Amino acid sequence: MTSARRTGSMEGRKDTDDPVMASCEVLARRREGAYWLLSLAAPTIAQRARPGQFVNIAVEGTGTLLRRPFSIARVSMQGVAAGTVDVVFDAHGPGTEWLTRVDLHDVIDVVGPLGTPFPLPQRKVSCLLIGGGYGAAPLFFLADELTRKGLRVDMIIGAASQDRIPNAIEAKRITASVTFTTDDGSYGTHGRVTDVLDDTVERCRSGVVYACGPNPMLRAVSERCAELELPVQIAVEEKMGCGIGVCFTCVLPVRTKGGVVHMKRACIDGPVFNGTRIAWDQSRYDLGRPLDLEEVDAEPPPDPERLTDADVFGGGA
Amino acid sequence: MSKVRRIDASEYIAPTDPRALAEQGVDLSVELAGMKLPNPILTASGCFAAGAEMERFYDIAELGAIVVKSVTLEPRDGLPTPRMAETPSGMINAIGLQNPGIDAWLAKDLPWLQGKGARVVVSVAGTSVDDFRAVTRKLRGRGGIAAIEVNLSCPNVEERGLVFACSPTDSAEVVTAVRREVDVPVLAKLTSDVTDIVAIARAVVRAGADGLTLVNTVLGMAIDPETGRPEVYNTYGGLSGPAIRPIAVRNVHQVHAALPEVPILGCGGIRNVTDVVQFLRAGAAAVSVGTATFVDPFVGPRLIKNLRSWLAERGYGSARELVGTVQPWR
Repeated sequence: MTSARRTGSMEGRKDTDDPVMASCEVLARRREGAYWLLSLAAPTIAQRARPGQFVNIAVEGTGTLLRRPFSIARVSMQGVAAGTVDVVFDAHGPGTEWLTRVDLHDVIDVVGPLGTPFPLPQRKVSCLLIGGGYGAAPLFFLADELTRKGLRVDMIIGAASQDRIPNAIEAKRITASVTFTTDDGSYGTHGRVTDVLDDTVERCRSGVVYACGPNPMLRAVSERCAELELPVQIAVEEKMGCGIGVCFTCVLPVRTKGGVVHMKRACIDGPVFNGTRIAWDQSRYDLGRPLDLEEVDAEPPPDPERLTDADVFGGGA
Repeated sequence: MSKVRRIDASEYIAPTDPRALAEQGVDLSVELAGMKLPNPILTASGCFAAGAEMERFYDIAELGAIVVKSVTLEPRDGLPTPRMAETPSGMINAIGLQNPGIDAWLAKDLPWLQGKGARVVVSVAGTSVDDFRAVTRKLRGRGGIAAIEVNLSCPNVEERGLVFACSPTDSAEVVTAVRREVDVPVLAKLTSDVTDIVAIARAVVRAGADGLTLVNTVLGMAIDPETGRPEVYNTYGGLSGPAIRPIAVRNVHQVHAALPEVPILGCGGIRNVTDVVQFLRAGAAAVSVGTATFVDPFVGPRLIKNLRSWLAERGYGSARELVGTVQPWR
C-alpha cells in the first residue's frame, strides 16, 4: 500500500489531452546562466503538451506543501525516454532550491500539461516572440511549433543582465532574428524589450506578438501592441495554489467581450490570454514601475497589412 | 539508487494480521445525516470548484459526495490578489467567495454534476440571514441535491462583520432560516475560532441542523518580513492543510463526546488514510478532503482505495465500525 512510485508510473485518463500525474526520472539537471534547467522523462506529458502550457512539480522543502508551477520550456519526443519535458527556473525559495539539488535518475512527481496553450496563427504571418528572463524559456517550444508550420519567427529577449538571458545561442539558431536587451547593458541593447519593440516590428513586418515573462513586462508589451494594433498573446505568471483550477488563487482581472471585468484563473482559463484583454489598471502590476512606453514619441506609419485577432487566429481568439 | 518523491509517505504496510479480511469484504458505505453514501470520502467546499475541473483527472462520481464551492445569491468576483500564502505544512487563503452566483450555478454547474451521477452537497454562503434564506430558496425542489452545507464562516454585515459561526444565536438564526426552505439534510459548518465549539454546535442542532461539518479553516496571518505587507491582500486568511489537522480532530472529538447522536463530517488537513482513521475514531461519520487536492489531484480515489485496504488488513468489515472509537488511557 505504499505509494512508492516507479519511474514511468502515471495516473490519469488515457486517449485525451487531459493532464496526468506522472513519476518522472530526472535526465538532466544543469546550470543555464543564472538559471537551472531540468530535463524530465515524461512521455505522456510531452506527447500532450502544447507551447504555453505548464507543469506542476511536487517539491520537498522545509514546510513546503504546495507544488510549484513551471512553464514547459521544450519537449522532445526523441531519445531513450521517448518523450522529455524541459523546465527552466530560478531558485528563489525553499521549493525551487530543493529542485536544484535533485540528482540524475531521481524520480519526481509531475502534474501536467496544465493551462491553455498559445493559439497558433491560422495563416502566413511573421511572428515576434518576446521573453523576459527565464520567462523566455517557453518561447523556444513555441518557436519550434511556429517554425514547423513554416512561419517566420523573430525574438526579443530581455533580462536584467547577460547571465539572465537563457540560451542565447539556441535563440539565434532557431529564429530569423533575435534582439537582446539588458537592464545593465551587459549584453545586447541597453534597455528594455519595449525599447526595441517598435523597430523590430517594423523591420520584421511582424503580424502577431507572443510574450512571456514578468507581468510588468507583459503589461508594457500588451499596452504597446494595443497601440500598434498588433494581436498579442501573453502567458502570465501568477502565484498558484493548486494549478488545476480549483483554489481560485491565481486570478487576474480580464475584460470579457462585453467589456465587463472578471477574475480569471491563470491556471485553467490561462496562462495564455489576449494581452489587450487584461484589465492591467485593475491589477497589481501598476505599482510604480516605469512603463518605458511614454518615451515613444513618434508613432510609426500605420501598417496597411495590420491583422486583427480574428484574422490571425480565426474565430474567437 | 533512485530516490522516490512520495506524495503520501505515511501510508504504511501493516504486517499480515490474522484478522485480515478480503478487500471485497469491506463495506465502505456510510450514512451521514440521512444521506446514504458509497464511501466516507467527500470533498471540502472551496477545494474542488464545481467539479468539472477535477473530472479531467478521474470520474468524480467515485467520491462519497462532492461538497461544492460556496454559492451566494449574487455572483462574486472575490478579493484582489494576492489571495494565498504558503505556511509551514499549510496555506492561508483569502479568496472572498468568488462564485458565479446561484442562478448561473443552477443553470450550468448543477446539471453537469447531476449528469455525472455525483452526489452533490451544496455549500451556501451569505452576509445576512436573508441572503442565506434567499440562496437556499432557489434550491428548493431541485432534484439531485443530497444535502446543503451552511458556510457560517461568513461575515455578518448586520453584526459589524462578525462571523456568524462565532455567535451561537447568529448561527442558529441562519440554520433556522435555511432549514425552513428545504427538505434535504442541512449540515452546519463551524469554525474552530471560538471559545466553546460545543455551545455553537448545540445551538445549530437545536435550530434544526441535521449534522455538522467540523471544521472550517482557522484564521491566520503571514507578513512579508521585507515589505511589511500582509502576505494576502485581505490581511487575514483561512489556514488549511496538515497544519490544522490536530485542531480539527480535537474539535470533532469534543463535539462527538458532548453530542454523540449528531452526525459529523470531519474536515481539516486530511492527506493520508491514517488521517481519515483519526477523524472516524474521533467521531466523524465521514470526512471532507480539501487542501490535499491541490497537491495530489488523485487524493480522493487514493483515500477510498487505501481506506478499504487499511480496514481489510485489520479485519474491520466496515468503515462505520471505527466511528467514535477513541480508546481511553487506562
